[in-house]
Amino acid sequence: MHKRIKSIVAIVLCLGIAGCASVPTGFLKPGEDCLASRQLQMRQYDTTDETKIVTSVAGLLQDLGFTLDASETQVGFVAASKKASAVSGGQVAGAVFLDLLCALGGSSPNATAHCDKNQIIKASVIVKPSLDGHKTVVRVTFQRIVWNMSNQINRVESIKDPKMYQKFYDGLSKAIFLEAQSI
Amino acid sequence: MKKLKNYCGIIPILFLIVTLAGCATPAVNALESDASQVKLRSMQTRAFDTTDKKKMMQTVISTMQDLDFVIDKADFTLGSVTGSKFLGQAVVTMSVTVRPRGEKQLLVRANAQYGIKSVEDPATYQDFFTALEKAMFLTAQQVD
Repeated sequence: MHKRIKSIVAIVLCLGIAGCASVPTGFLKPGEDCLASRQLQMRQYDTTDETKIVTSVAGLLQDLGFTLDASETQVGFVAASKKASAVSGGQVAGAVFLDLLCALGGSSPNATAHCDKNQIIKASVIVKPSLDGHKTVVRVTFQRIVWNMSNQINRVESIKDPKMYQKFYDGLSKAIFLEAQSI
Repeated sequence: MKKLKNYCGIIPILFLIVTLAGCATPAVNALESDASQVKLRSMQTRAFDTTDKKKMMQTVISTMQDLDFVIDKADFTLGSVTGSKFLGQAVVTMSVTVRPRGEKQLLVRANAQYGIKSVEDPATYQDFFTALEKAMFLTAQQVD
């Protein structure tokens, strides 16, 4: 009997403590993939003209359809965001099929309403001199927030897709060239 | 002895009430924090032996980017940098300020929020400053 009571007390204690302390620790420690993502997100340019690179970055972001949200050129920082559609044909088709099946079975899970609809992509770019001071380093990071068909936030994530970064830097090389030609 | 057993049954219920009541903080307490002001400052602040504010801010930004943050705002005059990152479904926002301390030092203060909660764990801030001092090649000094 006593053992039972003790275990109940222990469970309640655990629940009580777990319920309040929800802030995890260690999230400000660089992860193991930190070097890999640095390589993905960073490029060096053979110039010391930071202003030129920052203007090219702003130009490129506009080329990509982003609107500029904030900037501080003295530290070489530009932030921009873009609203875009997040509808994926496959996901919607799957959800409609699931809904149909469930309707036949007599229930309504409404999977279609949970499909991705819109997204906001946030980009932040920092331009700074390299460690030896002879080059300029650019680093961009992307994040996105995805809403579903019923306008609820479906998920939030950092974008780690190499294609995204490749596209950005391909564009930046062109933008730097265009900027040099004053186009 | 039987009486004692009866009491034992009440204890978990009482504990539950106490803990649940502890969780529900009224809106008026938005300006309150659990830690004392001095303690909070000491865990969030470090001094660095440099006066290069620009380099310090750029290093703060790149350290935050290493930690998966996306920078939302930066201001050179204020020396502030604000960024956010996603941790599962929660959003972590952090702002860092860089300001001069005396003639030879810069003071860096970081404060983070996890969802709706302020982060008041010294070890978490220590992790950030450890990463920052590595990137800056300087030692972060505790400030009293």
